[in-house]
Amino acid sequence: MDKIVCTCGNVNPAGTELCESCGRPLNQETKEKKLVDMRYEGSARRSQTYNKTIIDKIWNFFSSVKVGMWIIVSILVAAAIGTILPQVFYVPATTEADIAAYYERIYGTFGKLYYELGLSDLYSSWWFQTLIGMLGISLVIASLDRVIPLYKSLKKQQTKRHISFLKRQRIYGIGEIEASNESIDKAEEKLKTMRYKVKRDGNAILAERGRFSRWGPYVNHTGLIIFLLGVMLRAIPGFYVDETMWLREGETLYIPKTDGYFLESKEFTYETYSKEESSEVFGEAIDRVGSIAKNYQTDVALYKGADDAVAGKPDELEFVKDSSIQVNKPLKFDNFSVFQMDFRLDELKAMKFQLQDKETQESFGDFTIDLSDPQPIYELQNGYKVEILDYYADFTGFEEGVPQSKSPLPNNPAFLVKMYSPEFPKGETSFVMIKETLEPLGENKHKIAFQSVETRDVSGLTIRKDLTLPILMLGGLIFMIGVAQGSYWNHRRIWIQRLEDGQVVIAAHTNKNWLSIMKDIDAVSVVANLPKYEDQQDLDSKAEKGEGV
Amino acid sequence: MVAVSSTLLFIAFVAYLVATFLFGGAVKSSSSEATKSFERWGKLAISVTIIGFISNLGYFITRWIAAGHAPVSNLFEFTTAFGMMVVGAFILIYFIYRIPALGLFALPIAVLIIAYASMFPRDITPLIPALKSYWLTIHVITAALGESILAISAVAGLIWLLKNIDLTKKSKQRFWIEAVMYVCVLVLGFVAATTTFSLADYKAEYNYVNKEEKVLKMEYHMPAIFGMNESTAITENAMTPLVEMPALVNAKKLTVVTWSVLFGTVLYILLRLILRKRIAAVLQPFAKKANSQFMDEIGYRSVLIGFPVFTLGALIFAMIWAHEAWSRFWGWDPKEVWALITWLFYAVFLHLRLTKGWHGEKSAWLALIGFIIIMFNLVAVNLIIAGLHSYA
Amino acid sequence: MAQTKKQRFYIRTVILVVLTIAIVFTVYSNLTKEKNAVLQVGDKAPDFVLVDMDGNEHRLSDYKGEGIFLNFWGTWCKPCATEMPAMDNQYGVYKDLGVQTLAINIGESDLKVNSFVNRYGLSFPVAIDRNKSVMELYNIDPLPTTFLINPDGRIEKIIKGQMTEQDIANYMDQVKPS
Repeated sequence: MDKIVCTCGNVNPAGTELCESCGRPLNQETKEKKLVDMRYEGSARRSQTYNKTIIDKIWNFFSSVKVGMWIIVSILVAAAIGTILPQVFYVPATTEADIAAYYERIYGTFGKLYYELGLSDLYSSWWFQTLIGMLGISLVIASLDRVIPLYKSLKKQQTKRHISFLKRQRIYGIGEIEASNESIDKAEEKLKTMRYKVKRDGNAILAERGRFSRWGPYVNHTGLIIFLLGVMLRAIPGFYVDETMWLREGETLYIPKTDGYFLESKEFTYETYSKEESSEVFGEAIDRVGSIAKNYQTDVALYKGADDAVAGKPDELEFVKDSSIQVNKPLKFDNFSVFQMDFRLDELKAMKFQLQDKETQESFGDFTIDLSDPQPIYELQNGYKVEILDYYADFTGFEEGVPQSKSPLPNNPAFLVKMYSPEFPKGETSFVMIKETLEPLGENKHKIAFQSVETRDVSGLTIRKDLTLPILMLGGLIFMIGVAQGSYWNHRRIWIQRLEDGQVVIAAHTNKNWLSIMKDIDAVSVVANLPKYEDQQDLDSKAEKGEGV
Repeated sequence: MVAVSSTLLFIAFVAYLVATFLFGGAVKSSSSEATKSFERWGKLAISVTIIGFISNLGYFITRWIAAGHAPVSNLFEFTTAFGMMVVGAFILIYFIYRIPALGLFALPIAVLIIAYASMFPRDITPLIPALKSYWLTIHVITAALGESILAISAVAGLIWLLKNIDLTKKSKQRFWIEAVMYVCVLVLGFVAATTTFSLADYKAEYNYVNKEEKVLKMEYHMPAIFGMNESTAITENAMTPLVEMPALVNAKKLTVVTWSVLFGTVLYILLRLILRKRIAAVLQPFAKKANSQFMDEIGYRSVLIGFPVFTLGALIFAMIWAHEAWSRFWGWDPKEVWALITWLFYAVFLHLRLTKGWHGEKSAWLALIGFIIIMFNLVAVNLIIAGLHSYA
Repeated sequence: MAQTKKQRFYIRTVILVVLTIAIVFTVYSNLTKEKNAVLQVGDKAPDFVLVDMDGNEHRLSDYKGEGIFLNFWGTWCKPCATEMPAMDNQYGVYKDLGVQTLAINIGESDLKVNSFVNRYGLSFPVAIDRNKSVMELYNIDPLPTTFLINPDGRIEKIIKGQMTEQDIANYMDQVKPS
C-alpha cells in the first residue's frame, strides 16, 4: 500500500482518512459523509492497513475494539455465572469427593451439574484465566495501535484547515461579518484569557485546550496492564504466600513459610456487645438479633529462631514483639501479615480427676491431666498413685477390643489407667471416658471420678505475604490518574478562519461536553463578531426550528 | 439524637416528594421557556430539593454521631445513603444543565429508594469486628457516591427513551419501557405490602428443617404463601402455607417477593384502569420537553463523572480494605464479583460510545441496564446470594 | 518500505510471543499451584534436628552419604499404624546397608508416642515434631507421608499414603548407597 499525498502537499500514511495537516478528506467514503469521524483524528489505525501475514491477522484481531468488547462481555457473563452457587472455597468441604457430594446434596441435580461443569471453581479455571490474559493482550495491542497515530496526527495538525474539514465538524457556522479581521483578533485575545492555547496563522486561528485528556485512555490502559502484570507475578514462587494455622492458647508454633518465626498465643478474646455498655442506641438491635460480636482478638508474642537455626529445635527463640491481632488489625513483620480469621472456643485443655472409693466416695487425692502432655504417673498421697497406660484424644469406640481415636484433637478424651493403692499394689485397671468408666479386667474397688475441665480457645490465623501489592497499587494509581484525566478534562478545539472570499468560518470539536464548548464560543461571540453556528447533530433543535417554535 | 435523625430523614422524604411535583410544574410551564412562571417553578423546585437534601444530610450526620460510625453499615443505612447521594448527584448535574425534567424523574427514584430502604430494620446496629475500620466510611461512601452518579445517567436515559419511543405503535421498545415502569411499581408494591402487614402487626412463627437438617425457627411478617421446608406452625392460628418449598429455597423471602408482586400488580392494574393509558404514555408528555441531545450528553457525562468514583470506591478502596480485613484484596465474593461486573459493564458502555458511536437510543438502554446491574448488586446479591457482604 | 514492513513483522511477533508466553506461564502455574508450592523430587531435603524418644539428637545433614527413609506419622492414623511393623522389619535389614529410618510424629504427647512405640515394639528412632516446624518445612499432608532421601541429600521420591512391606523394601533399596 502506498502513502497518500494530499493536495496540500502533506504525505499521509496509507489508510489515513483525513489529511494529518490540513484535514481534507482523503477518500470517497469520507467525502460523502456529512460529518467527519474525529475519533482518531481520521488517522490510519495501523491494524487496519496491513493484513498479510498470520502475525498481522492475530495482531489485528486483538487490536479490534469489537473483539476487546466481546472479551469483556465474556468475562462479565462468566463472572456472573460463578456467583449463582457458592464457589468451592466458600464450601465447608475439603476433599474432591466431599465437595462433589456437598453440591449434589445441597443443590440437587443443578448443583451436581454446576460442579461437574467446573463452574464451582470457575475463577481458577484455565479458560477464565485465559480470557483475562486475552483481555491483557487486547489492552496492549489496541492501545499501541491507536496512541501512536493519534499522537502523530495531533502533532502534525496545522492551524489552517481546509474548508472541507471545517464544514464537516459538528459545530459549524459560516457568514459574512463586518470588520472580520478585527473580530479574529478579539477572538484570539478572548480565547487566550479562557485558557486556550491559541495558534495563529494569517487569518486562521486554532484554539486548543486540554489535549492531554486525549491520553487518558492510554494512561489508564497502562495502569490496567501493570495491574494484570502484578497479578501474574503471583505465580512466581516467593512472591505470594497464603497459609493458615490453628494456634491454641499457650502454644508456640512455627509460622508456616516464614524465615524461622514462631508465634505464641497468650490469650484469645471473644467479646459481644452488652446492652449496658452500649447505651440506649444499640439496645433495639441487640434485642432483635440476640448477640452481636464486638471483637475477636488473639494476644500473641512473636519469636524468631536464630539465623542459623535448623527446623525442629524448640529452644533458642528470640523474643521479637508482643501484639494483639484483631480483625482489621493484622500483625505485621518482614513482608508477612498474620490475620485473625477464625476461632474455636473452649477446646479441652486439662481434666481434673479424683481417685475415689467407689462405695464410700472417699477421696484419695486429686490430679490434673494436661491433655496435650499427659504424664505416665500421677503420685497421690499415702501411697496412692495413678498410672496412665494410654490416652485416646478423640475416642470413637473399640475395634476388636482396641480403643480407637480418630484425631489428635481432644474432642472426646479417654484414658486407660491403673490405680494403685495400698490395698491393690498391683493396680486396678480402668478405662475412663468423659461420662462413664469401663472396668475391662473385672470389678474395681476404686474409681477415677471426673471433677472439672480447663479449656482453652483456638485461634484460626491466616499468614499472608504478597510482594505484588506495590505493583498492584501502582497499577491502580496509574489507572485512576488516566481515567480521571480522560473523564474530567476534555479536548476542545475551535477553528476560526477568514476565507479567501471574505466569509468567516467557525468550527469546533470536542471529545465530550458539547454544551460547554458551545458556551465557550458564545462567550467569545460576546466580544468578537462571529457568524452564527449550529450543532449539526442536534436534531431536536433543528426540528423545533423547522416547526418555527 | 436518634429521634432527631429519623425526623430529619422524614422531612427530607417529604421535601423530595413535594419537589417532584414542583419540577412537574416547571416542566409543564416550560413550553413558554422564557416566561417568569417557568423560572419561578424551577427555582422553587430546586430550593425545596436542596432543603430536603440538607435535611437528609442532617439525618446522616446526626445518625453518625449517635452511632459512632458512618451510617452505612446495614442495608437500611446503605440504601438510604445511596438515595441521598442520587439527590446530591442530581443537584450537581442540575446546576450544570438546568433541566427540570431530570428532577421530575430523578427525585421519584430517590424517593422510591429511600422508601424501599425503610422497609428493613432501622435500628442502629453496633459494628461487627469485620466492619470496624475507617475503611468502612471511605469505601462505602465512595462506592455509593459513584453508583449514585451512575444512576443519574439511567435517569437521563429513561427520559431520552420516554421522549423518543413511539408509544402509539407496537414495538419491542414500547414493551420494555413499560416493563421498566412496571418494575418501579413493583418496588412500590413491596413498600405497600410491607407497610400494610406491619401496620396490621402480622407475625407468625414456624419451625422448619434447614438444608443441614437442623430444626430452626423462622418468623414471618407476611402471611406465609410459601412454607419453609417441613415447616410447622408455632404461633396459634397461623396460616398454613399454601406451598411448601424445599430446604434450598428461603420460602420467607419468596413469600415477601410474591406479596410484593401481588401488591405491585394490583397497583399497576389500578393505575392503568384509572389513567386508561400506559404509564410510559402518561409520563411521555413530561419527557417530550427535554432536549434529546442534552439528555444524551447528561447520560454520558454522568457515566464519565461516576465511573472513576465508582472504580475508586467499589474496587480500589474495596481491595485495600479487603486486604486488611480478610487478608486478601480479592476473593471472588459475590458482591465483589458484581462490583467488577458493574465496572466491566460501564467500561463496555464507554468503549461502545467512543468507538462504535452508540449514542442516543442504544446509549440510553445501556444506561438503564447499568442501573439494573447496580440495583441487582444492592438488592439481589444481599438478599439472595449469601456471601461475606450479607451483613444486613 | 520493505525494511519497515519487516521491522513491523518482527516487532509484532516479539510482542505477541512475549505476551503469550507470560499468559501461558501464569495460567499453567496457577493450575499447578499446589504442586510447585511444596518440595519436589530432586530438591535438596531441608535440614532439621529432632530429639528421639531415647534422647538422641538426629540431624538430617549428619546422615550425608546414607540413604534416609523419612516417615511422618500420627498415632491416630490407621494406615500409619499398619505400615509401622513392616517398616521396623525392613529397618532391621537396611540399617546395616546404609539406609537410616526416621519416623517423625506430628506434635503428639510423649506418653502417647511412647505407648505406641512400645505396643508395636519399634526399634527405629522415633521423634516428635513439637512445634510442627519440620512438618511445615516438608509440607506434610496427608499422613502418612514418606520422603526417600538419597545419599546426596536430595529427595528421591515422595510417597503419600500407606505402603506395603514390599514397597518399603523396594524404596529402601532405591536409596541404598552404592
